[in-house]
Amino acid sequence: MNTPVFTVSDMSYTYPDGLTGLQEINFTVMPGENVVILGVNGSGKSTLLKIMDGLYFPSAGKINAFGEPLTERRLQDDEYAFAFRRRVGFLFQDPDVQLFSPTVWQEVAFSPLQMGLPKKEVAERANEALSALAIEKLRDRIPYQLSEGEKKKVALASLLALDPEVWLLDEPTANLDPRTQDWVIEFLLSLTDKGKTLIVAIHELEVAEVIAGQAYILGEDHRLAAQGRPKEILRDEELLLRANLLHRHRHFHADLEHRHPHRH
Amino acid sequence: MHRKNFVAKTLTGLTEAVKRAVFAEHYARLPGLLQGLDPRGKILTFLALLIATAVTHRPEVLLGIYLLTVVLALASRIPLVFFTKRVWLFIPLFTGAIALPAIFNFITPGRPVFTLVTLAAPINWGPFHFPGEITITEQGLRGAVIFILRVATSVSLSVLLILTTEWARLLRALSALHFPRVGILILGMTYRYIFLFIKVAEEMFLARRSRIVGRTSTREQQRWVSARLGFMLNKSYNLSNEVYLAMLSRGWNGQARFLDDFHFQWKDAAWVAFTFAFIFLIVFFAS
Ligand SMILES: Nc1ncnc2c1ncn2[C@@H]1O[C@H](COP(=O)(O)OP(=O)(O)OP(=O)(O)O)[C@@H](O)[C@H]1O
Ligand SMILES: [Mg+2]
Repeated sequence: MNTPVFTVSDMSYTYPDGLTGLQEINFTVMPGENVVILGVNGSGKSTLLKIMDGLYFPSAGKINAFGEPLTERRLQDDEYAFAFRRRVGFLFQDPDVQLFSPTVWQEVAFSPLQMGLPKKEVAERANEALSALAIEKLRDRIPYQLSEGEKKKVALASLLALDPEVWLLDEPTANLDPRTQDWVIEFLLSLTDKGKTLIVAIHELEVAEVIAGQAYILGEDHRLAAQGRPKEILRDEELLLRANLLHRHRHFHADLEHRHPHRH
Repeated sequence: MHRKNFVAKTLTGLTEAVKRAVFAEHYARLPGLLQGLDPRGKILTFLALLIATAVTHRPEVLLGIYLLTVVLALASRIPLVFFTKRVWLFIPLFTGAIALPAIFNFITPGRPVFTLVTLAAPINWGPFHFPGEITITEQGLRGAVIFILRVATSVSLSVLLILTTEWARLLRALSALHFPRVGILILGMTYRYIFLFIKVAEEMFLARRSRIVGRTSTREQQRWVSARLGFMLNKSYNLSNEVYLAMLSRGWNGQARFLDDFHFQWKDAAWVAFTFAFIFLIVFFAS
């Protein structure tokens, strides 16, 4: 028996100032599954990821993580919080928000250190993560001075050092040049090869098809408009038009799949 | 080419200055005298020097401590021009308004050094009594000199401490010395916050410059700046909230852990002994 990673039932979220973030969302994510969340700006992708990371809490309905309710009360307990944060990592949409340490190396070492791992292991993990992302030379740099792509890599390295089971990624390929974008996609594919659970908010439909086994479409009404296999969903032009994910003049071509890297 | 407009120039200059003041971290990594010392010892000794600066009434003591900061800056490989400019640029801004009026006899009565104006008759104006002659007094001058020296010395001390200590180590030393956790948290967040604020400001100016070509009137600029300031405060508030969430997500629980440990060595003991001896001697000989 496999316990689902997340079970979300009838979940809605309203921001404190009254704006609707999400409405009556239902889904289940199983371990090892790769999910992309598609939706136009403001449809609620980031909000959904933050709820799955236990940063926001549902206004109505509920969310279970690893078979147990994920609530504010439970996360106030340090032990539970560490156990949860150890298993779930979150890449923020804006990397500037995420990088708060004075040097890249401290940034990468932050999470494992915070979770109370032995210092020797922390150093090993941080070094490994830096070399896995080929950014050893950034080690002593100040994160705020890095380029956009370098910041993304540092943020990814800091998650890799923690090595969580579940990766919540908010637009990991946004604002990157095509080469770096491909590089990030390869990196995500390597995670899925390791059996990690990936939940990725993304704009690019083509990328979605490469990385995911499941696609969720968030509509402009902040509801889940559809969910299913990306191959089928992404060919349903009616649906995509309704969610505003397609312009009328844009069409899919047979060569779609050649535009992006394959697994090797 | 058109003249760089005044408002944009001032604001970008300001953000640049703040950025350099806050983020000159590379000095903290140079192999200099102060950089090599244990930050805990450094905080204690600088605190002692700051207290001495705050309580003394003798210009000689202030001058002595000020000269010490200059010598220490040199020994810590901080360029003298950079160091003194940073301190003295701020002084007139903050103290001019306070120190300048104090030299006159209607604020500080005393022995006249120089007579400025002779009035027909004494004037009473609100809380002020203007005597028949407006003069610069010896006591007033002395007070102003002490005030300016005191501010310059304490600013120099703070700048020196911050320039030669990595921010993270400074925060950590404060917590090792049992400073209240809330205060350290606020300091830590402030650092991140200033940087985000600067970034938002910069991007706004770039965005504007790329949209508006040519010259705009000063009035229009002022309107734009005041409208944007509100927006900026709002946006940086949202950002700081996101930063907090990001820290939570990575396992922050109000208590940061650190990899390297502090080592209090012989040279740190020597430094503490030296500083206290210096304070004692200078106070002793000046009185
Ligand atoms: N901090 C906030 N306070 C109030 N409302 C918010 C806040 N953050 C987001 N919202 C609102 O909630 C809705 C969903 O926002 P969310 O950021 O989740 O969208 P998104 O799908 O991630 O968009 P994008 O593609 O632009 O990142 C939007 O209508 C937005 O205006
Ligand atoms: Mg978003």
